[in-house]
Amino acid sequence: MLGNLKGLMVTFATFFRKPVTYKYPQEHKPIEDRYMGFPVLMWDEKVEEPYCTGCMVCVRYCPTQCMSAVMKDNPLHAEGKSTRRKIVDSFEINLGRCILCGICVDVCNFDAIEMSHEHELSKYARNDNRTNLPRLLEMGRSYQKESGWKPKPVKETKPEPETKTEEAVEAEN
Amino acid sequence: MVDLSTEGQLDTVQMMVNMGPQHPSTHGVFRMVLWVDGERIVDLEPHIGYLHRGSEKLCEGELYVQIVTLFDRMDYISNLNNEMIFCRAVERLMGLAVPERAEYIRVILCELNRVASHLLFCGTFGIDAGAMTPIMYAFRDREKIQSMFEAVTGARMMHNYIRIGGVKGDVPDDFSQRMGALLKVLRQGINETDKLLSFSEIFLARTKGIGVIDAETAIAYGMSGPSLRACGVPMDVRKDEPYSVYDRFDFGIPIGEKGDSWDRYYVRVEEMRQSMRIIEQALEQMPDGPTITPSRLVLRPPQGEVYVRGENPRGEIGVYLVSNGADKPYRVKVRPPSFCNLMAIKELLKDTYIADAVVILGSLDIVLGEVDR
Ligand code: SF4
Ligand code: SF4
Repeated sequence: MLGNLKGLMVTFATFFRKPVTYKYPQEHKPIEDRYMGFPVLMWDEKVEEPYCTGCMVCVRYCPTQCMSAVMKDNPLHAEGKSTRRKIVDSFEINLGRCILCGICVDVCNFDAIEMSHEHELSKYARNDNRTNLPRLLEMGRSYQKESGWKPKPVKETKPEPETKTEEAVEAEN
Repeated sequence: MVDLSTEGQLDTVQMMVNMGPQHPSTHGVFRMVLWVDGERIVDLEPHIGYLHRGSEKLCEGELYVQIVTLFDRMDYISNLNNEMIFCRAVERLMGLAVPERAEYIRVILCELNRVASHLLFCGTFGIDAGAMTPIMYAFRDREKIQSMFEAVTGARMMHNYIRIGGVKGDVPDDFSQRMGALLKVLRQGINETDKLLSFSEIFLARTKGIGVIDAETAIAYGMSGPSLRACGVPMDVRKDEPYSVYDRFDFGIPIGEKGDSWDRYYVRVEEMRQSMRIIEQALEQMPDGPTITPSRLVLRPPQGEVYVRGENPRGEIGVYLVSNGADKPYRVKVRPPSFCNLMAIKELLKDTYIADAVVILGSLDIVLGEVDR
Protein backbone atom coordinates (compact mmCIF):
# COMPACT_ATOMS: atom_id res chain seq x y z
CA MET A 1 0.00 0.00 0.00
CA LEU A 2 2.70 2.43 1.03
CA GLY A 3 4.78 1.69 -2.04
CA ASN A 4 1.83 2.41 -4.31
CA LEU A 5 1.09 5.67 -2.50
CA LYS A 6 4.68 6.78 -2.92
CA GLY A 7 4.37 6.11 -6.61
CA LEU A 8 1.18 8.13 -6.74
CA MET A 9 2.97 11.03 -5.08
CA VAL A 10 5.51 11.04 -7.90
CA THR A 11 2.73 11.18 -10.45
CA PHE A 12 1.04 13.95 -8.51
CA ALA A 13 4.21 16.02 -8.32
CA THR A 14 4.54 15.86 -12.08
CA PHE A 15 1.25 17.74 -12.48
CA PHE A 16 3.05 20.93 -11.56
CA ARG A 17 5.86 20.59 -14.07
CA LYS A 18 6.08 21.74 -17.61
CA PRO A 19 5.24 19.04 -20.16
CA VAL A 20 8.27 17.64 -21.92
CA THR A 21 6.62 16.38 -25.09
CA TYR A 22 7.22 18.07 -28.43
CA LYS A 23 4.08 17.90 -30.53
CA TYR A 24 6.09 16.73 -33.48
CA PRO A 25 4.75 17.86 -36.84
CA GLN A 26 3.89 21.32 -35.51
CA GLU A 27 6.79 21.65 -33.13
CA HIS A 28 10.34 20.56 -33.82
CA LYS A 29 12.98 19.59 -31.38
CA PRO A 30 15.98 21.89 -31.74
CA ILE A 31 18.87 20.26 -33.56
CA GLU A 32 22.35 20.19 -32.09
CA ASP A 33 25.19 21.75 -34.08
CA ARG A 34 26.93 18.48 -34.72
CA TYR A 35 23.82 16.67 -35.86
CA MET A 36 24.56 14.40 -38.80
CA GLY A 37 21.71 14.44 -41.27
CA PHE A 38 21.93 13.33 -44.86
CA PRO A 39 25.16 14.04 -46.75
CA VAL A 40 25.08 16.96 -49.18
CA LEU A 41 27.56 18.46 -51.62
CA MET A 42 29.03 21.87 -50.99
CA TRP A 43 29.12 24.80 -53.38
CA ASP A 44 32.20 26.94 -53.91
CA GLU A 45 30.79 30.44 -54.06
CA LYS A 46 34.06 32.03 -55.14
CA VAL A 47 34.29 30.09 -58.37
CA GLU A 48 30.63 29.14 -58.67
CA GLU A 49 31.18 25.44 -58.97
CA PRO A 50 30.98 22.43 -56.68
CA TYR A 51 33.96 21.50 -54.51
CA CYS A 52 33.56 17.92 -55.56
CA THR A 53 35.95 16.65 -58.19
CA GLY A 54 34.26 13.32 -58.62
CA CYS A 55 37.32 11.46 -57.39
CA MET A 56 35.19 8.60 -56.06
CA VAL A 57 37.05 8.14 -52.79
CA CYS A 58 33.82 8.47 -50.84
CA VAL A 59 32.12 6.03 -53.18
CA ARG A 60 34.77 3.45 -52.44
CA TYR A 61 34.54 3.82 -48.68
CA CYS A 62 30.80 4.02 -48.28
CA PRO A 63 29.76 0.93 -46.33
CA THR A 64 26.40 0.67 -48.07
CA GLN A 65 27.57 1.52 -51.60
CA CYS A 66 24.79 4.03 -51.91
CA MET A 67 26.64 6.66 -53.93
CA SER A 68 28.08 7.02 -57.40
CA ALA A 69 30.14 9.76 -59.00
CA VAL A 70 31.35 10.59 -62.48
CA MET A 71 34.26 12.92 -63.24
CA LYS A 72 34.80 15.23 -66.23
CA ASP A 73 37.30 17.87 -67.34
CA ASN A 74 36.56 21.20 -65.78
CA PRO A 75 35.65 23.82 -68.43
CA LEU A 76 36.29 26.59 -65.90
CA HIS A 77 39.84 25.36 -65.47
CA ALA A 78 40.46 25.72 -69.18
CA GLU A 79 39.23 29.29 -68.93
CA GLY A 80 41.61 29.79 -66.03
CA LYS A 81 38.88 30.60 -63.52
CA SER A 82 39.24 27.54 -61.37
CA THR A 83 42.11 25.59 -59.88
CA ARG A 84 40.25 22.33 -60.17
CA ARG A 85 41.32 20.40 -63.20
CA LYS A 86 38.53 17.87 -62.91
CA ILE A 87 35.01 18.42 -61.73
CA VAL A 88 32.03 16.28 -60.91
CA ASP A 89 29.83 15.49 -63.85
CA SER A 90 27.09 13.58 -62.14
CA PHE A 91 26.66 12.40 -58.62
CA GLU A 92 23.97 10.37 -56.99
CA ILE A 93 23.32 9.35 -53.43
CA ASN A 94 20.50 7.01 -52.65
CA LEU A 95 19.55 8.67 -49.40
CA GLY A 96 17.17 5.85 -48.66
CA ARG A 97 20.14 3.55 -48.29
CA CYS A 98 22.49 5.96 -46.54
CA ILE A 99 23.12 4.96 -42.94
CA LEU A 100 24.41 8.39 -41.88
CA CYS A 101 27.75 7.08 -40.79
CA GLY A 102 29.78 10.08 -41.89
CA ILE A 103 32.60 8.04 -43.38
CA CYS A 104 32.29 9.84 -46.74
CA VAL A 105 32.88 13.17 -44.99
CA ASP A 106 35.96 11.82 -43.24
CA VAL A 107 37.60 10.47 -46.35
CA CYS A 108 36.90 13.35 -48.76
CA ASN A 109 40.09 15.29 -49.49
CA PHE A 110 38.35 18.34 -50.87
CA ASP A 111 35.82 19.26 -48.17
CA ALA A 112 33.24 18.63 -50.81
CA ILE A 113 30.72 16.62 -48.85
CA GLU A 114 29.21 17.39 -45.47
CA MET A 115 26.58 15.95 -43.20
CA SER A 116 23.72 18.45 -43.34
CA HIS A 117 20.95 18.94 -40.84
CA GLU A 118 18.41 17.55 -43.28
CA HIS A 119 16.62 14.61 -41.74
CA GLU A 120 13.01 14.61 -42.88
CA LEU A 121 12.90 12.86 -46.18
CA SER A 122 9.59 11.11 -46.63
CA LYS A 123 8.75 10.53 -50.26
CA TYR A 124 5.82 9.05 -52.12
CA ALA A 125 7.67 6.75 -54.47
CA ARG A 126 10.22 4.13 -53.70
CA ASN A 127 13.11 5.63 -55.62
CA ASP A 128 12.43 9.29 -54.94
CA ASN A 129 15.26 9.34 -52.46
CA ARG A 130 17.83 8.79 -55.16
CA THR A 131 19.17 12.29 -55.08
CA ASN A 132 21.07 13.72 -58.04
CA LEU A 133 23.74 16.38 -58.28
CA PRO A 134 21.58 19.54 -58.63
CA ARG A 135 19.42 18.54 -55.71
CA LEU A 136 22.42 17.65 -53.54
CA LEU A 137 24.03 20.98 -54.31
CA GLU A 138 20.81 22.81 -53.56
CA MET A 139 20.60 21.05 -50.21
CA GLY A 140 24.25 21.89 -49.68
CA ARG A 141 23.70 25.56 -50.35
CA SER A 142 20.83 25.79 -47.94
CA TYR A 143 22.96 24.02 -45.33
CA GLN A 144 25.81 26.44 -46.01
CA LYS A 145 23.48 29.35 -45.49
CA GLU A 146 21.95 27.88 -42.37
CA SER A 147 25.14 26.91 -40.60
CA GLY A 148 27.67 29.38 -41.98
CA TRP A 149 29.85 26.51 -43.13
CA LYS A 150 33.34 27.43 -44.28
CA PRO A 151 35.87 25.17 -45.96
CA LYS A 152 38.77 24.25 -43.78
CA PRO A 153 41.82 26.49 -44.29
CA VAL A 154 44.17 25.01 -46.82
CA LYS A 155 46.93 24.43 -44.28
CA GLU A 156 44.73 22.12 -42.28
CA THR A 157 43.70 19.86 -45.10
CA LYS A 158 44.93 16.51 -44.02
CA PRO A 159 47.86 15.36 -46.09
CA GLU A 160 47.34 11.83 -44.91
CA PRO A 161 44.28 10.84 -46.90
CA GLU A 162 46.28 11.37 -50.09
CA THR A 163 48.50 8.45 -49.23
CA LYS A 164 45.45 6.52 -48.17
CA THR A 165 43.87 7.17 -51.51
CA GLU A 166 46.83 5.77 -53.35
CA GLU A 167 46.78 2.81 -51.12
CA ALA A 168 43.14 2.26 -51.77
CA VAL A 169 43.76 2.39 -55.47
CA GLU A 170 46.53 -0.11 -54.99
CA ALA A 171 44.23 -2.34 -53.05
CA GLU A 172 41.78 -2.26 -55.87
CA ASN A 173 44.25 -3.23 -58.50
CA MET B 1 -17.94 -25.33 0.69
CA VAL B 2 -18.49 -26.62 -2.78
CA ASP B 3 -16.04 -29.22 -3.90
CA LEU B 4 -14.31 -27.81 -6.93
CA SER B 5 -11.80 -30.55 -7.42
CA THR B 6 -12.08 -32.19 -10.77
CA GLU B 7 -9.96 -35.15 -9.99
CA GLY B 8 -11.13 -38.28 -11.60
CA GLN B 9 -13.68 -36.47 -13.72
CA LEU B 10 -11.69 -34.46 -16.25
CA ASP B 11 -8.47 -35.09 -18.06
CA THR B 12 -6.19 -32.16 -18.72
CA VAL B 13 -4.66 -31.93 -22.15
CA GLN B 14 -1.44 -30.18 -22.97
CA MET B 15 -1.89 -27.37 -25.38
CA MET B 16 0.59 -25.67 -27.64
CA VAL B 17 0.67 -21.89 -27.49
CA ASN B 18 2.70 -19.91 -29.95
CA MET B 19 4.18 -16.79 -28.42
CA GLY B 20 5.78 -14.43 -30.87
CA PRO B 21 7.47 -13.60 -33.14
CA GLN B 22 5.09 -10.67 -33.43
CA HIS B 23 4.29 -10.44 -29.77
CA PRO B 24 4.87 -6.97 -28.31
CA SER B 25 6.46 -8.24 -25.14
CA THR B 26 9.11 -10.41 -26.71
CA HIS B 27 11.20 -7.27 -27.23
CA GLY B 28 11.77 -7.82 -30.88
CA VAL B 29 11.12 -10.87 -32.97
CA PHE B 30 11.55 -13.83 -30.70
CA ARG B 31 9.30 -16.84 -30.82
CA MET B 32 8.57 -19.32 -28.08
CA VAL B 33 6.52 -22.43 -28.52
CA LEU B 34 5.00 -23.11 -25.14
CA TRP B 35 3.40 -26.36 -24.07
CA VAL B 36 0.93 -25.48 -21.39
CA ASP B 37 -1.12 -27.52 -19.03
CA GLY B 38 -3.88 -25.13 -18.06
CA GLU B 39 -1.96 -22.07 -16.95
CA ARG B 40 1.30 -23.83 -16.31
CA ILE B 41 4.15 -24.04 -18.74
CA VAL B 42 5.26 -27.63 -19.08
CA ASP B 43 7.81 -27.27 -21.81
CA LEU B 44 8.99 -24.70 -24.26
CA GLU B 45 11.09 -24.32 -27.32
CA PRO B 46 12.68 -20.99 -28.19
CA HIS B 47 13.07 -20.07 -31.85
CA ILE B 48 15.52 -17.38 -32.82
CA GLY B 49 16.87 -16.03 -36.05
CA TYR B 50 14.08 -13.76 -37.24
CA LEU B 51 16.40 -10.75 -37.13
CA HIS B 52 19.42 -12.53 -38.51
CA ARG B 53 21.34 -10.19 -40.79
CA GLY B 54 24.54 -12.14 -40.97
CA SER B 55 26.56 -9.40 -39.32
CA GLU B 56 29.50 -11.65 -38.56
CA LYS B 57 29.75 -12.76 -42.15
CA LEU B 58 29.27 -9.20 -43.41
CA CYS B 59 32.26 -8.16 -41.31
CA GLU B 60 34.47 -10.36 -43.44
CA GLY B 61 33.69 -8.30 -46.49
CA GLU B 62 34.18 -4.84 -45.05
CA LEU B 63 37.17 -2.68 -44.25
CA TYR B 64 37.98 -2.28 -40.58
CA VAL B 65 36.69 1.30 -40.48
CA GLN B 66 33.39 0.20 -41.97
CA ILE B 67 32.83 -2.63 -39.51
CA VAL B 68 32.28 -0.16 -36.69
CA THR B 69 28.97 0.72 -38.31
CA LEU B 70 27.93 -2.92 -38.23
CA PHE B 71 28.70 -3.19 -34.55
CA ASP B 72 26.52 -0.14 -33.98
CA ARG B 73 23.60 -2.08 -35.29
CA MET B 74 24.16 -5.26 -33.38
CA ASP B 75 22.99 -4.17 -29.98
CA TYR B 76 21.09 -1.09 -30.98
CA ILE B 77 20.42 0.05 -27.43
CA SER B 78 24.02 0.20 -26.30
CA ASN B 79 25.76 1.17 -29.52
CA LEU B 80 28.76 2.86 -27.97
CA ASN B 81 29.65 -0.13 -25.83
CA ASN B 82 29.63 -2.28 -28.94
CA GLU B 83 31.73 0.13 -30.96
CA MET B 84 34.22 0.26 -28.16
CA ILE B 85 34.69 -3.48 -27.92
CA PHE B 86 35.43 -3.85 -31.62
CA CYS B 87 37.81 -0.92 -31.65
CA ARG B 88 39.60 -2.39 -28.66
CA ALA B 89 39.97 -5.69 -30.44
CA VAL B 90 41.61 -4.07 -33.46
CA GLU B 91 43.77 -1.87 -31.25
CA ARG B 92 44.99 -4.86 -29.30
CA LEU B 93 45.79 -6.72 -32.49
CA MET B 94 47.73 -3.80 -33.90
CA GLY B 95 49.27 -2.69 -30.63
CA LEU B 96 47.80 0.75 -31.13
CA ALA B 97 47.88 3.04 -28.10
CA VAL B 98 44.82 5.15 -27.38
CA PRO B 99 45.27 8.68 -26.04
CA GLU B 100 44.27 9.16 -22.44
CA ARG B 101 41.61 11.74 -23.19
CA ALA B 102 39.97 9.44 -25.70
CA GLU B 103 39.78 6.69 -23.10
CA TYR B 104 38.01 9.01 -20.70
CA ILE B 105 35.56 10.17 -23.35
CA ARG B 106 34.87 6.55 -24.21
CA VAL B 107 34.25 5.61 -20.61
CA ILE B 108 31.96 8.56 -20.00
CA LEU B 109 29.89 7.88 -23.09
CA CYS B 110 29.75 4.14 -22.49
CA GLU B 111 28.54 4.59 -18.96
CA LEU B 112 25.99 7.12 -20.16
CA ASN B 113 24.90 4.55 -22.68
CA ARG B 114 24.57 2.02 -19.89
CA VAL B 115 22.27 4.38 -18.01
CA ALA B 116 20.19 4.92 -21.14
CA SER B 117 19.93 1.19 -21.75
CA HIS B 118 18.95 0.42 -18.19
CA LEU B 119 16.41 3.23 -18.20
CA LEU B 120 14.79 1.69 -21.23
CA PHE B 121 14.82 -1.63 -19.45
CA CYS B 122 13.10 -0.19 -16.37
CA GLY B 123 10.40 1.30 -18.54
CA THR B 124 9.73 -1.76 -20.64
CA PHE B 125 9.96 -4.08 -17.68
CA GLY B 126 7.29 -1.99 -16.00
CA ILE B 127 5.10 -2.51 -19.05
CA ASP B 128 5.81 -6.24 -18.99
CA ALA B 129 4.55 -6.32 -15.45
CA GLY B 130 1.52 -4.18 -16.28
CA ALA B 131 2.68 -0.74 -15.14
CA MET B 132 2.23 1.81 -17.91
CA THR B 133 3.56 4.93 -16.21
CA PRO B 134 7.27 4.23 -15.65
CA ILE B 135 8.09 4.08 -19.34
CA MET B 136 7.01 7.69 -19.74
CA TYR B 137 9.38 8.74 -17.02
CA ALA B 138 12.16 6.51 -18.27
CA PHE B 139 11.83 7.81 -21.82
CA ARG B 140 11.79 11.40 -20.65
CA ASP B 141 15.21 10.92 -19.10
CA ARG B 142 16.56 8.70 -21.83
CA GLU B 143 15.63 11.37 -24.33
CA LYS B 144 17.95 13.80 -22.52
CA ILE B 145 20.78 11.31 -22.80
CA GLN B 146 20.09 10.89 -26.49
CA SER B 147 20.24 14.67 -26.94
CA MET B 148 23.57 14.64 -25.18
CA PHE B 149 24.80 11.95 -27.57
CA GLU B 150 23.53 14.04 -30.45
CA ALA B 151 25.56 16.99 -29.22
CA VAL B 152 28.73 14.93 -28.86
CA THR B 153 28.60 12.32 -31.58
CA GLY B 154 26.19 13.85 -34.07
CA ALA B 155 23.75 10.97 -34.03
CA ARG B 156 21.14 9.82 -31.60
CA MET B 157 21.62 6.11 -31.98
CA MET B 158 24.02 4.94 -34.67
CA HIS B 159 26.99 7.06 -33.71
CA ASN B 160 30.07 5.66 -35.45
CA TYR B 161 31.91 7.89 -32.98
CA ILE B 162 34.38 5.55 -31.34
CA ARG B 163 37.05 4.91 -33.93
CA ILE B 164 40.01 2.61 -34.07
CA GLY B 165 42.68 4.49 -32.13
CA GLY B 166 40.46 6.90 -30.27
CA VAL B 167 37.26 8.81 -30.88
CA LYS B 168 36.08 10.76 -33.89
CA GLY B 169 36.49 14.21 -32.43
CA ASP B 170 36.80 16.07 -29.20
CA VAL B 171 33.75 16.71 -27.08
CA PRO B 172 32.06 20.13 -27.41
CA ASP B 173 33.38 22.95 -25.23
CA ASP B 174 30.42 23.03 -22.88
CA PHE B 175 30.54 19.28 -22.34
CA SER B 176 31.34 19.32 -18.62
CA GLN B 177 28.66 21.83 -17.75
CA ARG B 178 26.06 20.03 -19.77
CA MET B 179 27.05 16.70 -18.28
CA GLY B 180 26.84 18.17 -14.78
CA ALA B 181 23.33 19.41 -15.45
CA LEU B 182 22.36 16.15 -17.11
CA LEU B 183 23.60 14.04 -14.20
CA LYS B 184 21.54 16.10 -11.79
CA VAL B 185 18.40 15.59 -13.87
CA LEU B 186 19.15 11.91 -14.32
CA ARG B 187 19.67 11.33 -10.65
CA GLN B 188 16.28 12.80 -9.91
CA GLY B 189 14.70 10.93 -12.78
CA ILE B 190 16.10 7.60 -11.67
CA ASN B 191 14.88 8.22 -8.15
CA GLU B 192 11.43 8.93 -9.53
CA THR B 193 11.33 5.77 -11.63
CA ASP B 194 12.60 3.89 -8.62
CA LYS B 195 9.93 5.30 -6.33
CA LEU B 196 7.25 4.78 -8.90
CA LEU B 197 7.94 1.14 -9.57
CA SER B 198 10.44 -0.65 -7.38
CA PHE B 199 8.47 -0.99 -4.19
CA SER B 200 4.96 -0.86 -5.54
CA GLU B 201 3.11 -3.79 -4.01
CA ILE B 202 1.59 -4.87 -7.29
CA PHE B 203 4.99 -4.88 -8.97
CA LEU B 204 6.51 -6.79 -6.06
CA ALA B 205 3.79 -9.40 -6.29
CA ARG B 206 4.44 -9.82 -9.99
CA THR B 207 8.23 -10.09 -9.73
CA LYS B 208 9.37 -11.27 -6.29
CA GLY B 209 10.15 -14.93 -6.29
CA ILE B 210 9.31 -15.26 -9.99
CA GLY B 211 11.82 -16.80 -12.32
CA VAL B 212 14.38 -17.79 -9.71
CA ILE B 213 17.70 -19.16 -10.87
CA ASP B 214 20.56 -20.07 -8.60
CA ALA B 215 24.14 -19.02 -9.12
CA GLU B 216 25.51 -22.39 -10.22
CA THR B 217 22.86 -22.95 -12.85
CA ALA B 218 23.25 -19.40 -14.09
CA ILE B 219 26.99 -19.80 -14.48
CA ALA B 220 26.51 -23.17 -16.13
CA TYR B 221 24.28 -21.53 -18.70
CA GLY B 222 26.87 -18.85 -19.31
CA MET B 223 24.82 -15.96 -18.03
CA SER B 224 26.64 -12.74 -17.31
CA GLY B 225 26.03 -9.14 -16.47
CA PRO B 226 23.15 -7.94 -14.30
CA SER B 227 21.28 -11.21 -14.79
CA LEU B 228 24.12 -13.14 -13.18
CA ARG B 229 24.85 -10.51 -10.56
CA ALA B 230 21.24 -10.78 -9.43
CA CYS B 231 22.09 -14.30 -8.25
CA GLY B 232 24.71 -12.87 -5.94
CA VAL B 233 27.80 -13.42 -8.09
CA PRO B 234 29.85 -10.22 -8.18
CA MET B 235 31.16 -10.79 -11.68
CA ASP B 236 31.87 -7.68 -13.70
CA VAL B 237 34.51 -7.46 -16.40
CA ARG B 238 35.12 -3.84 -15.50
CA LYS B 239 36.39 -5.01 -12.10
CA ASP B 240 37.69 -8.50 -12.81
CA GLU B 241 39.77 -7.57 -15.80
CA PRO B 242 39.82 -3.78 -15.90
CA TYR B 243 40.10 -2.45 -19.40
CA SER B 244 40.36 1.11 -20.69
CA VAL B 245 40.69 3.30 -17.60
CA TYR B 246 38.14 1.54 -15.41
CA ASP B 247 40.74 0.69 -12.79
CA ARG B 248 41.01 4.37 -11.86
CA PHE B 249 37.46 4.74 -10.64
CA ASP B 250 35.85 3.81 -7.42
CA PHE B 251 32.55 2.09 -8.00
CA GLY B 252 30.58 -0.76 -6.53
CA ILE B 253 29.03 -3.81 -8.11
CA PRO B 254 25.44 -4.18 -6.98
CA ILE B 255 24.42 -7.78 -6.46
CA GLY B 256 21.08 -9.38 -5.74
CA GLU B 257 20.19 -12.07 -3.24
CA LYS B 258 17.78 -14.56 -4.68
CA GLY B 259 18.18 -14.31 -8.40
CA ASP B 260 14.51 -13.63 -9.07
CA SER B 261 13.03 -11.14 -11.52
CA TRP B 262 12.92 -8.36 -8.99
CA ASP B 263 16.59 -8.77 -8.18
CA ARG B 264 17.44 -8.64 -11.84
CA TYR B 265 15.48 -5.41 -12.07
CA TYR B 266 16.85 -3.77 -8.99
CA VAL B 267 20.47 -4.63 -9.75
CA ARG B 268 20.07 -2.54 -12.87
CA VAL B 269 18.57 0.39 -10.99
CA GLU B 270 21.52 0.37 -8.63
CA GLU B 271 23.91 -0.02 -11.51
CA MET B 272 22.69 3.21 -13.03
CA ARG B 273 23.69 5.00 -9.84
CA GLN B 274 27.13 3.41 -9.93
CA SER B 275 27.53 4.37 -13.57
CA MET B 276 26.83 7.96 -12.69
CA ARG B 277 29.48 7.81 -10.02
CA ILE B 278 31.96 6.65 -12.65
CA ILE B 279 30.94 9.48 -14.97
CA GLU B 280 31.41 12.05 -12.23
CA GLN B 281 34.88 10.79 -11.40
CA ALA B 282 35.83 10.58 -15.05
CA LEU B 283 34.71 14.15 -15.68
CA GLU B 284 36.92 15.32 -12.84
CA GLN B 285 39.98 13.38 -13.92
CA MET B 286 39.68 13.94 -17.65
CA PRO B 287 43.04 15.17 -18.98
CA ASP B 288 43.61 17.39 -22.01
CA GLY B 289 45.32 16.15 -25.07
CA PRO B 290 44.70 14.52 -28.41
CA THR B 291 41.68 12.32 -28.92
CA ILE B 292 42.89 9.95 -31.59
CA THR B 293 46.07 8.18 -32.59
CA PRO B 294 46.19 8.74 -36.31
CA SER B 295 46.22 5.56 -38.28
CA ARG B 296 45.77 4.72 -41.89
CA LEU B 297 42.34 4.46 -43.34
CA VAL B 298 42.96 1.05 -44.79
CA LEU B 299 44.16 -0.86 -41.78
CA ARG B 300 46.12 -4.04 -42.22
CA PRO B 301 46.59 -5.57 -38.77
CA PRO B 302 49.31 -8.18 -38.53
CA GLN B 303 48.43 -11.81 -38.85
CA GLY B 304 47.03 -13.18 -35.64
CA GLU B 305 44.00 -13.56 -33.48
CA VAL B 306 42.70 -11.81 -30.42
CA TYR B 307 39.83 -12.12 -28.00
CA VAL B 308 38.78 -9.11 -25.99
CA ARG B 309 35.90 -8.80 -23.61
CA GLY B 310 34.10 -5.96 -22.01
CA GLU B 311 31.03 -5.18 -19.99
CA ASN B 312 27.97 -4.34 -22.01
CA PRO B 313 24.76 -3.25 -20.23
CA ARG B 314 23.51 -6.78 -20.80
CA GLY B 315 26.61 -8.66 -19.74
CA GLU B 316 29.95 -9.76 -21.00
CA ILE B 317 30.47 -9.05 -24.65
CA GLY B 318 33.45 -10.56 -26.37
CA VAL B 319 34.94 -10.18 -29.80
CA TYR B 320 37.14 -12.82 -31.33
CA LEU B 321 39.00 -11.37 -34.27
CA VAL B 322 41.22 -13.26 -36.68
CA SER B 323 43.34 -11.37 -39.15
CA ASN B 324 45.38 -12.79 -41.97
CA GLY B 325 47.13 -9.53 -42.62
CA ALA B 326 44.66 -8.31 -45.21
CA ASP B 327 42.61 -5.12 -45.13
CA LYS B 328 39.55 -7.12 -44.16
CA PRO B 329 39.27 -9.45 -41.18
CA TYR B 330 39.38 -13.18 -41.73
CA ARG B 331 36.79 -13.89 -39.07
CA VAL B 332 34.86 -11.88 -36.52
CA LYS B 333 33.01 -13.78 -33.84
CA VAL B 334 30.92 -12.04 -31.26
CA ARG B 335 30.00 -13.44 -27.89
CA PRO B 336 26.72 -11.69 -27.38
CA PRO B 337 25.58 -11.34 -23.80
CA SER B 338 21.85 -11.44 -24.48
CA PHE B 339 22.15 -14.63 -26.50
CA CYS B 340 23.90 -16.38 -23.62
CA ASN B 341 21.45 -15.00 -21.11
CA LEU B 342 18.57 -16.18 -23.23
CA MET B 343 19.95 -19.72 -23.06
CA ALA B 344 18.59 -20.04 -19.56
CA ILE B 345 15.03 -19.27 -20.61
CA LYS B 346 13.99 -22.91 -20.56
CA GLU B 347 15.22 -23.34 -17.03
CA LEU B 348 13.58 -20.11 -15.93
CA LEU B 349 10.18 -20.67 -17.50
CA LYS B 350 9.59 -24.31 -16.59
CA ASP B 351 6.67 -24.75 -14.21
CA THR B 352 5.78 -21.11 -14.09
CA TYR B 353 2.48 -19.55 -15.01
CA ILE B 354 1.99 -18.36 -18.52
CA ALA B 355 1.32 -14.84 -17.26
CA ASP B 356 4.79 -14.76 -15.74
CA ALA B 357 6.49 -15.77 -18.95
CA VAL B 358 6.43 -12.20 -20.19
CA VAL B 359 7.86 -10.84 -16.95
CA ILE B 360 10.66 -13.40 -16.82
CA LEU B 361 11.61 -12.88 -20.43
CA GLY B 362 11.54 -9.13 -19.89
CA SER B 363 13.75 -9.39 -16.82
CA LEU B 364 16.56 -10.90 -18.91
CA ASP B 365 16.68 -7.68 -20.96
CA ILE B 366 17.42 -9.22 -24.30
CA VAL B 367 18.02 -7.31 -27.51
CA LEU B 368 17.14 -9.41 -30.49
CA GLY B 369 19.45 -7.52 -32.79
CA GLU B 370 22.28 -8.97 -30.78
CA VAL B 371 20.80 -12.42 -30.21
CA ASP B 372 20.35 -13.03 -33.92
CA ARG B 373 23.08 -10.73 -35.25
S1 SF4 C 1 35.52 12.12 -52.05
FE1 SF4 C 1 34.83 14.25 -52.07
S2 SF4 C 1 35.60 15.08 -54.00
FE2 SF4 C 1 35.76 12.85 -54.17
S3 SF4 C 1 33.81 12.23 -55.15
FE3 SF4 C 1 33.48 12.12 -52.95
S4 SF4 C 1 32.62 14.10 -52.41
FE4 SF4 C 1 33.54 14.34 -54.43
S1 SF4 D 1 27.05 8.79 -44.66
FE1 SF4 D 1 27.90 6.71 -44.83
S2 SF4 D 1 26.27 5.54 -45.82
FE2 SF4 D 1 25.78 7.71 -46.14
S3 SF4 D 1 26.67 8.18 -48.11
FE3 SF4 D 1 28.21 8.71 -46.57
S4 SF4 D 1 29.50 6.89 -46.38
FE4 SF4 D 1 27.62 6.26 -47.45
